[in-house]
Amino acid sequence: MSDITLDSMSEQYFDVLKELGNIGAGNATTALAQMLQCKVDMKVPQVKLLGFNEVGELMGGEEQIMAGIYLCVEGDITGSIMFLLEKKSAGHLVSKLMGMEVSEDNFGDIELSALKEIGNIITGAYLNSLSSLTNLTIYPSVPDLTIDMAGAILSVPAIEFGTLGDKILLIQTQFTDDYDLDGYFILVPDLESYERILSALGIG
Amino acid sequence: MSEVIKVGMADLKVCLSPNSITTLGLGSCVGIAIRDPNTKIGGLAHVMLPDSTAIRQNSNIYKFADTGIVELVRLMELEGAKRSRMVAKIAGGAQMFAFQNKTDLVRVGERNVEASKAMLKKLGIPILAADTGENYGRTVIFYPETGDYVIRAVGKPERTI
Repeated sequence: MSDITLDSMSEQYFDVLKELGNIGAGNATTALAQMLQCKVDMKVPQVKLLGFNEVGELMGGEEQIMAGIYLCVEGDITGSIMFLLEKKSAGHLVSKLMGMEVSEDNFGDIELSALKEIGNIITGAYLNSLSSLTNLTIYPSVPDLTIDMAGAILSVPAIEFGTLGDKILLIQTQFTDDYDLDGYFILVPDLESYERILSALGIG
Repeated sequence: MSEVIKVGMADLKVCLSPNSITTLGLGSCVGIAIRDPNTKIGGLAHVMLPDSTAIRQNSNIYKFADTGIVELVRLMELEGAKRSRMVAKIAGGAQMFAFQNKTDLVRVGERNVEASKAMLKKLGIPILAADTGENYGRTVIFYPETGDYVIRAVGKPERTI
């Protein structure tokens, strides 16, 4: 069994994850621009290793209402990936995609389905870049979506990280079309997959 | 003036009446509220995982249902609460996402609830009420003065158990 813990992660490893996050988020931005058929800019993503309680604060408090899209990955690496964005930003994206004003307080089945598709494309683009960089096969599952308090949604990846240590690794990306939206990627590979990603990149 | 004490994720605290104690946005985690009605000494634990013995990285005893509950009871006893009088209420343990393949990790909410109930039973602490499972997050506030455990969820009326 592996001896990697997130707390003892090396600077080099952190840089690798940052770069993966950067490229993944870049691909996700391109995919988002194509889907919405408009220009979308992205700021350099920030990779953060945070304590469980700092993550909620980063997103504006544990009770901040967020949309969370979560899917499992299988193949050469196993684990899960989550994409989170504020409910208001979710409303903005759904409005753009559907070409009409949608109130985020009024999501129906069609709006939720559109949001799920947005999440699917963003996480898919992210996983694609991870897969082509590492030459590893990654199969994503069908995503599931929930809209709830940040703390409650985050409990899912937090619990998965909780089996490794007391921190969460998170990639914060800011997308801008005519509106700034903060998106958060949380990639949770299991321990063996961490090693596989590193050795696929020729590190470790 | 009474204060509201905040408990984070993988955290626990003792709370003396008239103060109240809260934890925000419980998802698959479980919030275990314990109270000694005589002394009105209360406490709240926000546990993430069921079993400390199943995991190697288990130094944080607040994180697990088994060790967290034992620690909370110990801290309450230090304040003067008696275990024989203690009663508990639990909330949380939701399954936030639905998946076809139900791995153990997906069922973690349910397992957290089971483990919390098992540990309380082992310690001889009766569970007076529970609001667990389903698929939504909960914010909880516990009042050691009355034993009220108030539960808030998005788009649902507030309820007290």
